[in-house]
Amino acid sequence: MKTNAIQKWSKVLLILLGIGLIVSIFVPIWSIFLNAPQYPEGLAMYIHSNKVSGEYSIINGLNHYIGMKEIHADEFWEFTILPYALGIFAILCFLAAFLNSRKILYTLTGVYLLFGVGFVFDFWRWLYDYGHNLNPQAAIIVPGMSYQPPLLGYKQLLNFEVWSYPNIGGGIMIGAGVILFILAIMEFKLAKKSV
Amino acid sequence: MKTYQKIGLAALAAVSMVACKPKGTKNVVSGDAAEKVYVAPGKHDEVYNFVSGGFNGQISVVGLPSGRTLKIVPVFSVHPENGYGFSEETKPMLETSHGFVPWDDQHHLALSQTKGEIDGRYLFANANNTPRVAKIDLTTFRTTEILEIPNSAGNHSSPFLTENTEYVVAGTRFAVPADGQGDVPIESFKENFKGYLSFIGIGKEDGKMDITFQIEAPGFNFDLSHAGKGKSHGWFFFSCYNSEQANTLLEVNASQNEKDFIMAVNWKKAEEYLKAGKAKKMAVEYAHNTFDESTQMAKSEILKEVSVLSAKELKDICYLIPCPKSPHGCDIDPTGEYIIGSGKLAALIPVFSFDKLMQAIEKKDFSGEFDGIPILKYESVLHGEVQKPGLGPLHTEFDGKGNAYTSMFVSSEIVKWDIKTCKVLDRQPTFYSTGHLMVVGGDTAKPYGKYLVAYNKITKDRYLPTGPELAQSAQLFDISGDKMKLLLDFPTIGEPHYAQAGPAELFTKNQVKFYKLEDNKHPYVTKGEAESKVVREGNKVHVYMTSIRSHFAPDNIEGVKVGDEVYFHVTNLEQDWDVPHGFAIKGAQNAELLIMPGETSTLKWVPLKAGMYPMYCTDFCSALHQEMQGYVRVSPAGSNTPLIYSLNNKKDNAQSPVKQGETK
Repeated sequence: MKTNAIQKWSKVLLILLGIGLIVSIFVPIWSIFLNAPQYPEGLAMYIHSNKVSGEYSIINGLNHYIGMKEIHADEFWEFTILPYALGIFAILCFLAAFLNSRKILYTLTGVYLLFGVGFVFDFWRWLYDYGHNLNPQAAIIVPGMSYQPPLLGYKQLLNFEVWSYPNIGGGIMIGAGVILFILAIMEFKLAKKSV
Repeated sequence: MKTYQKIGLAALAAVSMVACKPKGTKNVVSGDAAEKVYVAPGKHDEVYNFVSGGFNGQISVVGLPSGRTLKIVPVFSVHPENGYGFSEETKPMLETSHGFVPWDDQHHLALSQTKGEIDGRYLFANANNTPRVAKIDLTTFRTTEILEIPNSAGNHSSPFLTENTEYVVAGTRFAVPADGQGDVPIESFKENFKGYLSFIGIGKEDGKMDITFQIEAPGFNFDLSHAGKGKSHGWFFFSCYNSEQANTLLEVNASQNEKDFIMAVNWKKAEEYLKAGKAKKMAVEYAHNTFDESTQMAKSEILKEVSVLSAKELKDICYLIPCPKSPHGCDIDPTGEYIIGSGKLAALIPVFSFDKLMQAIEKKDFSGEFDGIPILKYESVLHGEVQKPGLGPLHTEFDGKGNAYTSMFVSSEIVKWDIKTCKVLDRQPTFYSTGHLMVVGGDTAKPYGKYLVAYNKITKDRYLPTGPELAQSAQLFDISGDKMKLLLDFPTIGEPHYAQAGPAELFTKNQVKFYKLEDNKHPYVTKGEAESKVVREGNKVHVYMTSIRSHFAPDNIEGVKVGDEVYFHVTNLEQDWDVPHGFAIKGAQNAELLIMPGETSTLKWVPLKAGMYPMYCTDFCSALHQEMQGYVRVSPAGSNTPLIYSLNNKKDNAQSPVKQGETK
């Protein structure tokens, strides 16, 4: 018997993933926390799909000593693309489920994983640029020092302790990649078996 | 006896004579006192103590139990440290009907209450000299309103509050003729001099003060007061002296009568008479100054009328309770039943009963009249007398457990006694001559108890000497046990009189950390560096300036001329807690500014000589603080130096960009 039907629980998962990806458009994706002796309460900055929030204006104020660029949401092309990309991935999840299409599932998984790698690379590139592209006329220049925040985890930057972690949106996006990958493999195996 | 033995004995006698010198000032501190007042680094005090500054016109905010001073809040005095009374925004706060009065003598404080308990919203303060009442907003610890009191002199029995902050009172210490009718011979004291009591209504939502009515009472000296609470809510009690109505050699002539009075005022009844139109409108002049938080600007207006009720004509609003020898403190216990008078020249403390007072009024149990006001029979209203409490009883506060604590000025001690039995339970010496005392929440319906602070007048030998003028002092006692324990003494700023205190959480939860820039409605605000500019309007030059770590914009200005009035409107762009910026310019004849994050403040500067004038930030704000500076070039009057200014000229060292100033 030849069947193109996707497993019922795969469909349920795809719908949940679609909903999750829509949620990730509206919640913070990544968090960066800073701690320093004079900021005992800590400073937080959140990256959303379309903006940055939190105390980034205070961070901007502090960065003038070492000549880092100020963070302004309108300078990032990513913020105009990201919400749509997430929306399209969500729609593809729903299409794969409702149209019973393995093809869409495979395509979605492939593109999504590529997107994920690209996203991480772009984020890293952004952090690198932000931490290395310093104003040569800055008041404080520490020889050999750059201020690139960690991609994930902890780093000490002069008097600041910096943490970087995925927030809800980021969690959903990573989870979605893992689940899509597993689903695609399982469905691929099932489809082979049923031929 | 051999000679050397004789000499030895004589020496011994001499030593023992020396050893016999009385040890009057010995400390009585128990072993664990240090532990009880130690607040470890990083920990907060348990209680906020707001302490009057006396002749300095300010209020100190002190943490208890550590005794550390946290802030000085300027109220009735100019304060060059932050520009209060010097900046264009705050100058109107110190306007009065006598013009700008930049100082006062600040005695008493009252924390706003709801249902008889401290609610953490406002603090009220009196000015004794030029009668005024101020309100301090406790979200910002800033003075936001000052109301002058007409028909008064020496606003001493003030600011005492009713249990729901309906009214704050202001009773005159000096009997005076009504405002505008003061050109009379002193001999006419008895006919012309009156004691005016002002009832200042407090807006429920905005806390705004407004003299709802005054009561014209006989020409006594009103000293202190307290509102009834619980069952006695609706009544106010004022101690008064000089019932002799003497007007010369007061100390002798005003202390002749065996008894002066406590005046009980039925303010609910007075309100009814006011509504019924029994008040006469009196033409007066008094200033009402308000600080608007959104524009960060104070304004002063002169009000012209006040409603006055006559105690003589309206027989049932005032009653006199005889009280021995120059009553001073007049304190109501937490239940509202007991009224404690303190005859400061008496050797006992009379305790009156509110229930008995009501019965006596009902039965018209009067012993006579004073200037038309009924005098109640002493015995009919007396609950009891505390016998031999000490010398010179002044003030009484309560712990909510049925105990009262009275300060003794002459015998320098605090005496604890039982309100019901009027028996003395404990006494502790103070160092020295204690005036006011305060139990945390001790004048409310629910005292927090635990701590008592005595505010002393004399501090010989307590601290390192500082010339003829020594620090004033406060002493902290633990009153949680049966015996009072001295824990700490600490110097205070100014001469403390009354104080108020409440648990820290009541005040910390509402603190403003910075002013939001987007909410700043100051007419001369500059919300970003791009908006900064210099505008000439005739001989006035307005500088729209910003400050942020670590520069001013503009940082250099040319084209100011001798004779110009320059207004620096400085907006602190920071949006972070505890990052104020200062602003000062060479030769400024008023003060500097200290501008809070998100705030705009204005310094007026009139340069008198041509030259180059540096301006700079006075509050070390960042590693680049010393770079936060600039220059103003002043040219002679009539010269044609163009008005230009520069912004952020980091790269080419002030060559460009240079902008043209506007001329209107």
